[in-house]
Amino acid sequence: MLDSAISIFTAGRNMARLGEGLWITLKISLSSVGLSVLLGIPAGLLMSSKSRFWRAVLRFYLEFIRIMPILVLLFLLYYSLSSVFNINLPATFVSILVFTLWGTAEMADLVRGAVTSLPKHQWESGRALGLKETQLNLYVIVPQAVRRLLPGVINLTTRMIKTTPFVFFINIPDLVKVAQQIVEVAGLRNNLASVWVYGFIFLIYFAICYPISLYSNYLEKAWQT
Amino acid sequence: MKESDQTIIKIHDLHKRFDQTEVLKGIDLDVHQGEVIVIIGPSGCGKSTLLRCLNGLEPINSGTIELNGQIITDPGTDWSQVRQKIGMVFQNYELFPHLNVLDNILLGPTKVQGRQRSEAKAEAESWLDRVELLNKADSYPRQLSGGQKQRVAIVRALCMSPEVMLFDEVTASLDPEMVREVLDVMLSLAKGGLTMLIVTHEMAFARAVADQVIFMDRGLVVEANEPEAFFSNPETERARRFLNIFQFEGVHKVQESL
Ligand SMILES: Nc1ncnc2c1ncn2[C@@H]1O[C@H](COP(=O)(O)OP(=O)(O)O)[C@@H](O)[C@H]1O
Ligand SMILES: [Mg+2]
Repeated sequence: MLDSAISIFTAGRNMARLGEGLWITLKISLSSVGLSVLLGIPAGLLMSSKSRFWRAVLRFYLEFIRIMPILVLLFLLYYSLSSVFNINLPATFVSILVFTLWGTAEMADLVRGAVTSLPKHQWESGRALGLKETQLNLYVIVPQAVRRLLPGVINLTTRMIKTTPFVFFINIPDLVKVAQQIVEVAGLRNNLASVWVYGFIFLIYFAICYPISLYSNYLEKAWQT
Repeated sequence: MKESDQTIIKIHDLHKRFDQTEVLKGIDLDVHQGEVIVIIGPSGCGKSTLLRCLNGLEPINSGTIELNGQIITDPGTDWSQVRQKIGMVFQNYELFPHLNVLDNILLGPTKVQGRQRSEAKAEAESWLDRVELLNKADSYPRQLSGGQKQRVAIVRALCMSPEVMLFDEVTASLDPEMVREVLDVMLSLAKGGLTMLIVTHEMAFARAVADQVIFMDRGLVVEANEPEAFFSNPETERARRFLNIFQFEGVHKVQESL
């Protein structure tokens, strides 16, 4: 039985295809997380700033992104743009864009939460030293917020990795899509194929997400000093 | 005592409102070079607000504050510049928890004043030595006692080389056995000729350190006098009643210890 299971993975280029699928999954999710963190920090600082204008704009953006299903955004930017405006964006680009739009909104809200949870006197003692607002953010507020952000960012990263299979709907062969194709073929001969293949996928996801969460636990401890 | 005639801070008819309530109702006060002014008064009378107005943490409603002859309460004041000259230490230990003691102290000198780290570090270390905390330079705030944190906060403000220091009840949150070590540091700064504005409830300390005592009540300066005169024979009924509270506390403590 194990032999037939192994043969599913050794057949043809199956292993290589799974590897390629995994690469796409990681490429999309990790680029999106990276961009979301970069864009989400300034957005979150603006969301917790005094400016009513930016607070309103970003609040609206956040609500919009939360209400809109990811899949609809993918379709809009991939299919609708090309059919209505004749703009053809590469599928990978569209998926990173959509996940970044989503991630930035979530990240901004995380940053806002972390920043507003800092005690007020952190700002005052920074100002009393003569720090300008940007310096205050850079050296006092952001470093402390980052520590409080960590659990949320890890959570966002794993959610992002788990949500990437949606890209299958715009024809990107990510890990899950490849697995499904393999099961379709192998399932004809081996009716346990789906168990083996999806079980394997499960292990891969676990092997990626578990170390991330271990690392976050480690950092949380290390940063307690 | 050793203050010169040079006025560093000149407060004229300062008014401050929070919403509808007027918290400062026309304060006039001059602070001379080398002078130690202690501000006392019942809680809620506006002492903290007054200090916070001096370094722009609270905007004022009317009146003027001058620093070295320049009005700093106009719009367009560069508060970063002003705050380098007016240092402040607060009641709550407000060190930055993610930075060790040395980095807490060096943040201002290196980032705001653009000084060389090595040169600023030497100064920081000599101050830390003076307050007996040199061995804590690499510690993080959470590893320090309240009294140690406040001494670091004082050093952090001093390393900006301010012309005036504001102290807002810096011992009020400390355990009693740590109050002394912080007050001793302030006393030695006073002896060294630093200009200071101190809000405190430590009456014996106020008497020892002050060149002038300001008694505030309900947003006004009710009495201003030399410490001996003020504490032994206050001119106003309100000041007398306020001081009585402390005497009663003193008697109370003696009775308890008997
Ligand atoms: N940010 C604020 N908003 C509204 N009221 C305030 C604020 N800060 C202080 N107050 C009020 O102003 C008055 C003076 O406060 P404060 O200056 O802190 O007094 P003190 O330091 O003498 O105890 C108090 O009645 C206090 O409730
Ligand atoms: Mg106060």
